[in-house]
Amino acid sequence: MTLRFSRQGEDGILGYRIMEARQLAERIYQVWVEAPRVARNARAGQFLVLRIDEKGERIPLTISAVDGDSVRLVFMAVGKTTLQLSTLCPGDEIMDVAGPLGRPSEIRYFGHCVIVGGGAGIACCPIIARAARAAGNRVTGIIGARSANFLILEDEMGEACDELFVATDDGTRGHHGFAADLLKQVIARERPDRVWIIGPAIMMKVTSEVTRPDGIPTLVSLNPIMVDGTGMCGSCRVVVGGETRFACVDGPEFDAHRVDFDVLMARQRTYTGEEKLALERFSAHRCRCGGSESHG
Amino acid sequence: MAERPPGERVRDFSEVDTGLSSGEAIAEAERCLQCRKPSCVKGCPVEIDIPAFVALIAAGDFAGAARVVKESNLLPAVCGRVCPQEVQCEGQCVLGVRESPVRIGELERFAADYERAHGILLPTRAEPTGKRVAVVGSGPAGLTAAAELARLGHTVILFESLHEPGGVLAYGIPGFRLPKEVVRAEIDQLRGMGVSILTNHLVGTSVPVSELLSFDAVFLGTGAGLPHFMGIPGENLSGVYSANEFLTRVNLMHADCFPEFDTPVRRAGRVVVVGGGNVAMDAARVARRLGARTTLVYRRRRKDLPARRVEVARAEEEGVDFVFCANPVRILGDQCVTGVECESMEVSGIGGSKRPEPVPVEGSRFVIEADMCIQAIGQGPNPLLVRMLPGIERGERGNVIADAEGRTSLENVFAAGDVATGAATVILAMGGAKRAARAMDRMLRGC
Ligand SMILES: Cc1cc2nc3c(=O)[nH]c(=O)nc-3n(C[C@H](O)[C@H](O)[C@H](O)COP(=O)(O)OP(=O)(O)OC[C@H]3O[C@@H](n4cnc5c(N)ncnc54)[C@H](O)[C@@H]3O)c2cc1C
Ligand SMILES: Cc1cc2nc3c(=O)[nH]c(=O)nc-3n(C[C@H](O)[C@H](O)[C@H](O)COP(=O)(O)OP(=O)(O)OC[C@H]3O[C@@H](n4cnc5c(N)ncnc54)[C@H](O)[C@@H]3O)c2cc1C
Ligand code: SF4
Ligand code: SF4
Ligand code: FES
Repeated sequence: MTLRFSRQGEDGILGYRIMEARQLAERIYQVWVEAPRVARNARAGQFLVLRIDEKGERIPLTISAVDGDSVRLVFMAVGKTTLQLSTLCPGDEIMDVAGPLGRPSEIRYFGHCVIVGGGAGIACCPIIARAARAAGNRVTGIIGARSANFLILEDEMGEACDELFVATDDGTRGHHGFAADLLKQVIARERPDRVWIIGPAIMMKVTSEVTRPDGIPTLVSLNPIMVDGTGMCGSCRVVVGGETRFACVDGPEFDAHRVDFDVLMARQRTYTGEEKLALERFSAHRCRCGGSESHG
Repeated sequence: MAERPPGERVRDFSEVDTGLSSGEAIAEAERCLQCRKPSCVKGCPVEIDIPAFVALIAAGDFAGAARVVKESNLLPAVCGRVCPQEVQCEGQCVLGVRESPVRIGELERFAADYERAHGILLPTRAEPTGKRVAVVGSGPAGLTAAAELARLGHTVILFESLHEPGGVLAYGIPGFRLPKEVVRAEIDQLRGMGVSILTNHLVGTSVPVSELLSFDAVFLGTGAGLPHFMGIPGENLSGVYSANEFLTRVNLMHADCFPEFDTPVRRAGRVVVVGGGNVAMDAARVARRLGARTTLVYRRRRKDLPARRVEVARAEEEGVDFVFCANPVRILGDQCVTGVECESMEVSGIGGSKRPEPVPVEGSRFVIEADMCIQAIGQGPNPLLVRMLPGIERGERGNVIADAEGRTSLENVFAAGDVATGAATVILAMGGAKRAARAMDRMLRGC
């Protein structure tokens, strides 16, 4: 049993090492983190929770790829923690990484699967696409972003899927419009047996309306605010089919047509004021330290 | 014993009760009658030799007193502070009949604090047995089982899913009742005894069940951390918290120090806390410390409150308002909480041991304005791992069924603490874990 990288309080082992870090697109970054237990046990659709340092917040990020002892995280720098994460360099350490968490995507032979990713949500798609294909499915990928400079993992998705369609809101790459339009076109051509839609809440809400009329089984990966990620706080509760569920242990994937997206979005806004304050404080600190200086 | 004045303590998270001085401790210890058949010991689930350690305090041998306590209890600084002594050791003290019982909890805490300040002595370990034991969860149950098994010579690996060990002691009970450095010092003893504490390890996912079951024996101390919600309309509005979330944000993540620490918590003007147990009192007192006007709503009468009496009194002194015989029926608000609609309850006193069942009074609805609501109505066993263990027997409430020595329906798997009993107390969890560890030891030695 490897206990090498497990942090054991004051036993001298610090944390989880960043192996590689780079920017993928505007405000979107990827890091590879060494976390052997997470890497060994992760399956498509699962996430981890990390805390960068002593004063950090626990934030959930999807495990977007695995290689040996390391896992890849792809994230958009939207607030204090993700911004701080984007400043870390290879060799730096993250204090805490716990995972894999959540239920894995249910993957078996369905026939034809469509995987739709929006924005940073594209990060979650290739691992699901590869798993679906390995189970014998034909996989169509659809990825969308605001603009070409926000688009990520196009090549990887191209390789993971049998076919890939791309959309940008402003037409700077691929279809001029939304991923939802492309999904409509694919459905018009042939009815898929299963659809995944992963992206910002509003994108998932709108896009899942496309598959509702035909009753195509559709899953969305929900991203409420979490604390522990293990089912003990209820911060992550979402409403699915009129029932309250905990996204971290009952999800994060749920039946798109039964999710109450309005509750999700309202709860995501709980800390808007605090998040702004934390970000301003962090940015001010960074300026004083001179550019991309990392913490501590 | 010195209790800091309410006006001062409600502004910080430092300890409310600053403990006994040596003089006070000796005087209190001298009150003990040194009963030949001490009834107090029967009231202590881990059977501390109370007259013996109290006599040592009376004689001024504080280190000796700590040693006696620790023969039976590895976490005396914790238990001395949080045990419901009035229904345990002190509730049984013969002096309680005529005057007040010996303040056993305060004395235990005094001895433990003395030892911590003067160097903690570790228990000696038996010859290594070569057996490997996994302990899941680092609350009082897991810590006790790990310590006992390590002392008996087994190799112990303690898995904890959070980044900090301690279970409820770390994330639930606030620092003003149980300072975190006290918890840390008691946990450090385990490291000193050679126990590997692996944080960030969620057993079931980071540690697959197959790996767990490959240990020679397994102890489940996963607690009862699953928060219950009332199931009323408006419960998922932003601003509605479980007590677990609220307390975790503040105790474990230091949201009271936001933005110095990154984790936020809502800073409400007015908070409604629902419930009447220790958890509700803690949530209400934390809310007061964050500056909110705080109202605690409980569906039964004052005398039915399950919380420790001293904590109720302290909450009241700190300015928590109580509304008795009322129950929320709806949380008001569009996206955020604006109020809590309650209805009055009638509690008919039925005699006997059964608790009175509150009945709603028709046409009695009223609204308490609030921008935050904390539900502290109970927790159940976390089903995550237990669900994955093939063939383990569970009770109706999801608790693992275990006998008095922690044996479950699975051969090498033992369980104690809240996961077996449902939400209970620190010392009951420790007592159960100790018995289970002894039974595990016998099993591992094949006798
Ligand atoms: C299971 C799960 C998997 C996730 N996987 C990824 C991922 O792979 N890549 C990625 O970029 N993000 C992912 N997220 C979202 C990510 O956790 C948040 O972006 C992150 O917590 C923001 O932290 P922060 O401190 O940087 O920003 P904050 O200061 O907390 O927030 C800044 C802004 O982001 C919004 N925000 C906050 N939390 C969330 C959230 N949970 N979801 C969406 N928006 C949020 C806020 O409303 C605010 O506008 C995932 C979330 C969940 C629950
Ligand atoms: C706010 C609050 C105040 C309280 N006040 C008092 C009091 O004053 N006096 C008193 O006697 N009692 C009090 N209690 C009750 C007491 O704390 C509990 O009865 C006691 O902590 C139970 O101990 P335990 O070890 O069984 O579980 P817990 O303390 O709940 O510990 C369980 C641990 O297991 C971990 N875990 C769970 N699942 C996994 C997994 N799959 N893998 C790895 N780790 C896992 C959890 O993260 C947790 O750390 C209070 C409880 C609360 C919540
Ligand atoms: S451990 Fe608790 S019950 Fe036992 S003597 Fe100490 S305070 Fe009393
Ligand atoms: S019952 Fe009371 S008086 Fe008697 S030994 Fe115990 S503490 Fe002392
Ligand atoms: S994040 Fe705490 S229960 Fe899901």
